[in-house]
Amino acid sequence: MKLLRDLFKDFRFTLSFIVLMIIMILALLSFFSPYDPTLWYVVPRDLRPSAEHLLGTDSNGQDIFWQATFAVRNSLVVSLISGLVSRAIAVLIGMIAGYKGGSIDRVLMFVGDSLLVIPLVLIFVMLAMMVRQSMTLVTLGLMLAAFGWAWDARLIRSMVLSLREREFTKTAALSGTGTVKLVLKEYMPFTMPLVFSTLINNMSWAIGIEMFLAILGLVNLNIPTLGTMLNWALHYQSILLGRWWWILTPVLLSLLVFIALYWLSVSVSEYLDPRTRIQRVGA
Amino acid sequence: MTAKKATVLQTENLQAFYVLEMQGTQKVVKAVNDVNLQIYENEIYGIAGESGCGKTTLLKTLFNDIVPPLRLMHGKIRYCIDSAEVDVTSLSAEEKRKLRMEFISYIPQGSMSVFNPVQRIRGTFRDFIGSHVSGKNRAEIIESTYQRVVELGLPQNVLDMYPHQLSGGMRQRVTIALASSLNPRIMIGDEPTTALDVVVQRGVIQMLTEIQKSLKNTIILVTHDMGVHANVSDRIGIMYAGKIVEEGTTEQIFAEPAHPYTRFLINSLPKFGDKSMRESVPGSPPSLSNLPQGCPFHPRCPHVKDICRQQMPDFTQLDHDHKVACWLVGEQQHG
Amino acid sequence: MANLLEVIELTKRYSQGNVFDKTVFTAVDQINFHIKPAEVFTLAGESGCGKTTTAKLILGFEEPTSGEIRHNGIAQTRDEKPWITKGVQAIFQDPFSTFNPLRRVEAYFHETVQNFHLARSKQEAVDWIDRKLRLVGLTYPEIAGKYPNEFSGGQLQRISIARALVTDPKLIIADEPVSMVDASLRMSIVNLFKKLRDELGVSILYITHDLATAYYVSDRIAIMFRGRIVEMGSVDQVLMKPRHPYSKLLRDSIPQADPKQRWTTSVTLAELEQQEYLRQGCRFAGRCPDVMDICKSVVPVDIHVEDVRIQCHKYADSAVPSSLEESQP
Repeated sequence: MKLLRDLFKDFRFTLSFIVLMIIMILALLSFFSPYDPTLWYVVPRDLRPSAEHLLGTDSNGQDIFWQATFAVRNSLVVSLISGLVSRAIAVLIGMIAGYKGGSIDRVLMFVGDSLLVIPLVLIFVMLAMMVRQSMTLVTLGLMLAAFGWAWDARLIRSMVLSLREREFTKTAALSGTGTVKLVLKEYMPFTMPLVFSTLINNMSWAIGIEMFLAILGLVNLNIPTLGTMLNWALHYQSILLGRWWWILTPVLLSLLVFIALYWLSVSVSEYLDPRTRIQRVGA
Repeated sequence: MTAKKATVLQTENLQAFYVLEMQGTQKVVKAVNDVNLQIYENEIYGIAGESGCGKTTLLKTLFNDIVPPLRLMHGKIRYCIDSAEVDVTSLSAEEKRKLRMEFISYIPQGSMSVFNPVQRIRGTFRDFIGSHVSGKNRAEIIESTYQRVVELGLPQNVLDMYPHQLSGGMRQRVTIALASSLNPRIMIGDEPTTALDVVVQRGVIQMLTEIQKSLKNTIILVTHDMGVHANVSDRIGIMYAGKIVEEGTTEQIFAEPAHPYTRFLINSLPKFGDKSMRESVPGSPPSLSNLPQGCPFHPRCPHVKDICRQQMPDFTQLDHDHKVACWLVGEQQHG
Repeated sequence: MANLLEVIELTKRYSQGNVFDKTVFTAVDQINFHIKPAEVFTLAGESGCGKTTTAKLILGFEEPTSGEIRHNGIAQTRDEKPWITKGVQAIFQDPFSTFNPLRRVEAYFHETVQNFHLARSKQEAVDWIDRKLRLVGLTYPEIAGKYPNEFSGGQLQRISIARALVTDPKLIIADEPVSMVDASLRMSIVNLFKKLRDELGVSILYITHDLATAYYVSDRIAIMFRGRIVEMGSVDQVLMKPRHPYSKLLRDSIPQADPKQRWTTSVTLAELEQQEYLRQGCRFAGRCPDVMDICKSVVPVDIHVEDVRIQCHKYADSAVPSSLEESQP
């Protein structure tokens, strides 16, 4: 694992990796939760943090620690669905547009560019208002994915455009390799670094949008996410009433997730960029 | 060739290595390894060798452009400026900058990056020249360089074009005009004609030699094309694996090549009117970070002997101007 | 014997610019040539003369605007992949870009064997590949498991030739195969072409700007200039006794590896290549030393002088009737 060893030379990577590990463990702990996250009044309301309730309880009568484990898990699930599905769309569209070219390319890039210029937040608000109650984590993730591929599809397209002109494309064709296999075997490896680093960016973008929609109350508030926890805390005016443990938990957790994802993405893309790589690994 | 010529550039046991550190292990690329050159005024000195033999690095060190990861390990580079010897490796950055263009100039292989793509050629000239001359006659000097472009046979309107409007050959000729504009004493060309078509190459070389004749300066020309060397160089140094293995006048190198590598280089060239079998140099060039013990050519040499595997031969004088580093030659001379 | 490849009135036009300001320029302009079995045929010229476009047309990577390409008398259709149907293979200029840097080189060999159904088992495939590699002086163990960056340019070019040989091709199109290989290793590639022709009966379309190697290796040669074949014939005729003024210029511009044969005359260079393409009449008229009035208005047609086919008004008087066309060996 030379790759990982190189990456761990960057303290930002190491730190963000550790933070993400902790967050993952937190998410996994939700499977061992003694409480059902959808039920209210399972514990006494508004208790300060104590040995029994590590992060206290909220005004809905839920244990904040265990609620937070669900929130982290659900937020990660939404962002992963969004990230992975949008990467798949981006790769597919970028490859087709880049390899086929011509009118297919123009149509696909027109759709993509439209997504880039229209104000996405407004679209999300409108869509979320229409389907609020039936919205599950999966549909939310898919909705975000449907709008989050355009820029990366463009990057992959331009990559394929230049790869197509390289002579090994012809070598593969002369070896009798068909188009689909050619694209998968010859071009896919080149796009993987880009796919990975944009995956991280897309995930933090998805978490951010989810929180934005949740604070506006436009998602199903019965599903605990970092956003809906914040929404409830704000709803019950926890700051004014001095219930700092309630509001701080989702705020700090989401800050940690954002910073960790950001550093991860920065250090990975620096690693993948040969120019900065030389400086870091030492030349 | 009997009169002692004035030296313009001299190196002494020059060693310049790339030192790379990867995951704690050090990798040393011995690109320039113990090179002794003495280059005279008013001559075209050719350096020949295959890619990866350190030619470009040698030029960089001669141009005194040594930046990490390239390091000067050992040796000296001396320029002879107005008959005073200057050890240029000890100069400050500002002094180095001043010598460029005015004393020594560089003609790169790909000339696209020389020019600012959003500026007309005239602007690039103004910027380059303007940064090197100052004072009252600055405008005059810049104006005279525009004249130079026309004198060198380039079309008048070339100054008002953008770099992308010029063909490769035209761009290369404009680059050469720019490099010669302040009448430098040394011009260094790194494969200046390699990417060009044959007819254009001929035009570019013609221009280089005309400049050399009129300025009576020195051109150090690196190219792997022995045909070009035969045509323009006065003396040739054959470079192999970071070392100069043979040096002589063009006539000597082509008429009586002494080093087996030189012999391969010359005999492998096809000639019109002669379809007899030609052989390449066997094997592949060695990696500069992992050189074989002894003479670096010994794994490919058909005349290899035991001593070749152990010790690098000295650079011995064979004849007037003709030097070679090969054990075979020493043997022949001694008996 | 039938011609292995026949190119008839092949033309390729590209249009540049937009709807309002369009310039059509003809990269390949009504060229005719043929390649016989077991011969090395050279297409020589400078960059932008249309030689690489011709290669792409023959390989079916581009569609001709007009004209025909015939293999053994059978016309190549649109969308046809001649490497599958007609036994055509190719090697390229840049050996470092011929193979994907992220893949092992042997993958291309195995894929070729698999796609062309050349072996029934893994061992058979390896044996088959090893046989082809031995033709170029390599063996399977020498390349197995290695990435392109572990080879030198000369080695990669030989591997590329071996890959082309896997399908037992009848014709190999070699587009500037040695221009990016070190001068010291060039002859090893060029000698391979001779060997393939003499021992395997493979024909080679050798596309190059290097007339010296062309003279050394090929049987016949066509000189291309700005999309047209201006002179075609045996190498001894065309290169030792060039007739067309452009062939003469090209031939004289090859630097001879002999300090006694330095250039003494000077050359005039074309100022703008684009303009030569759009020129009326003979495209070389702008810098031809023997230019006549007719050259500036009338496009010269193919005429035959001895065994050489030439497009030049200068030889209009000494031409032999065109009924002899192509019947000469």
